[in-house]
Amino acid sequence: MKHAQTAENEFHLPRLERQPFEPRALKSIVLSSITVAAAITACIPLFSVLIMLLYRGGKRLSLEVFYQLPPTAFETGGGFGNAIVGTLFMVGIAALISVPFGILAAIFLAELGPDSKVAITARFCAKIMTGLPSILAGVFAYAAVVVVFKTYSAWAGGIALSLLMIPVVLLTAEEAIKMVPRAMKEAAVGIGCTPAQAMVKVILPVALPGIITGVVLAVARAAGETAPLLFTALFSDYWLKAQEPTASLAVLIYNYSGMPFENQIELAWAASLVLVLMVFLLNIISRTLGGRKKI
Amino acid sequence: MLMKSTQREEKAATQTNDTPAEVVLDCHAEQIFYGDFLAVRDSKVPIQKNKITGFIGPSGCGKSTVLKSINRMNDLVRTFRFEGKVQFHGIDIYDKKVDPVSVRRNIGMVFQQPNPFSMSIYENVAFGLRLNRFRGNMDEKVEKALRGAALWDEVKNKLKNNGLSLSGGQQQRLCIARAIATEPQVLLMDEPCSALDPIATRQVEELMIQLKQRFTVAIVTHNMQQAQRVADQTAFFAVDISQGGRTGYLVEMGPTSELFNNPKEQLTKDYLHGEFS
Repeated sequence: MKHAQTAENEFHLPRLERQPFEPRALKSIVLSSITVAAAITACIPLFSVLIMLLYRGGKRLSLEVFYQLPPTAFETGGGFGNAIVGTLFMVGIAALISVPFGILAAIFLAELGPDSKVAITARFCAKIMTGLPSILAGVFAYAAVVVVFKTYSAWAGGIALSLLMIPVVLLTAEEAIKMVPRAMKEAAVGIGCTPAQAMVKVILPVALPGIITGVVLAVARAAGETAPLLFTALFSDYWLKAQEPTASLAVLIYNYSGMPFENQIELAWAASLVLVLMVFLLNIISRTLGGRKKI
Repeated sequence: MLMKSTQREEKAATQTNDTPAEVVLDCHAEQIFYGDFLAVRDSKVPIQKNKITGFIGPSGCGKSTVLKSINRMNDLVRTFRFEGKVQFHGIDIYDKKVDPVSVRRNIGMVFQQPNPFSMSIYENVAFGLRLNRFRGNMDEKVEKALRGAALWDEVKNKLKNNGLSLSGGQQQRLCIARAIATEPQVLLMDEPCSALDPIATRQVEELMIQLKQRFTVAIVTHNMQQAQRVADQTAFFAVDISQGGRTGYLVEMGPTSELFNNPKEQLTKDYLHGEFS
């Protein structure tokens, strides 16, 4: 033993074999395993929700649910066609408000006055707004629209949703515009573009995939919101009338899941599945649009 | 537009090499600031018509700053301030009444990094013409510009491809085609070959020599052989660190062969012989 040790010292032989039971190797193995475990755990909620939705919602899913009106208390059958239309309509209004507004503001923040007081304040407000509890957007729209016009309406719902979409659209669009290479902006200015021409002809086309991604993500978020619609669009058992209370998928799920009737509970599951599929579809659209134009 | 350019070409043709050329752009930068930092001082660079004027000097000597001041590109830098005059056909382009956008339409620019737009080769070249509301035979103009930039034969079958799909040297020639399509009077080039390999560099240099028949060219270069190969006039800039800052200034300017073979200033001599401290 002693002999071997001295020989090792004399020749300075480095030990290159793996030593899996050394403390530092053990620590590395344990920490790596924990990260893998954490990554797997992160997937569990999503997959369990999806499996549950497919199982419970899939049973009730049929063509009827897309075009029939909600059933009354002890009725069988029925669907939530009006809620799908209502959700699409209100998200559409919200997008019509927030997309032009958000993109124009983003152009100012990214290009015209990035360091101005207005821009710094607006950016700060938008970041706070992304964390705004969605129920507050509902309360705001209730006070600003429902109380003033003395009726729940799809308009009020759309306005409430737009409050949630604006900051998302604004911040992602600003980021997308900032990502356009400086060399390309210089080229536009160098050839004699006015700031507006440089923006419309060169910068926005390059930034477009990023902007679309932001818009679609904002739409997907708004489509799933319940709280802002509770005080604004309320709910309805009838087809869409924009100036009256309006049904939406999210509120339908909220209402029906608490009911004591089997039929309504099943419909709530089916509506959840439809809503998740809609959001999923939007995400795929945004990914393909966002990925396609990359250079 | 067209008339003007033909007149210009006729004038250029009648001009011989012996007569002193007309100064088309008289740049006199008294002081150029970025914020409080004095970047360039006391530099008078007259740019002669249908000649190539080279700007040489060590890094940070302000040669690019001066070049970019000539078509007001530096206006993009928020803290930029220019004191002095740039006379273009007798008009000071820093006059309050002058629109920097129209200055840039008459004084084109080619940048260090090739920066074609993310659109087709054809649209890249047509871009400036469309900005100027050109209503005529666009195909003809695009072909002329691409031929002028010695790129036509390489791209004539793929004009619809994205400009960014070309190689670096082709991209730079595409940028030159884009810049000359609108027939600017002066073409500024900021180290146009520094991102190119020797073959592409040679092509761009040959191109510059062709271009001076029709345009006036000013080029910034780090490569002194390049200045000797292409420039008719050379301006040598240096950095003055005596005041504590790093302020660039014009040391001397003259015909290229004279400046390289018989420099008046010791500083120029040292720089050209690599004895720069």
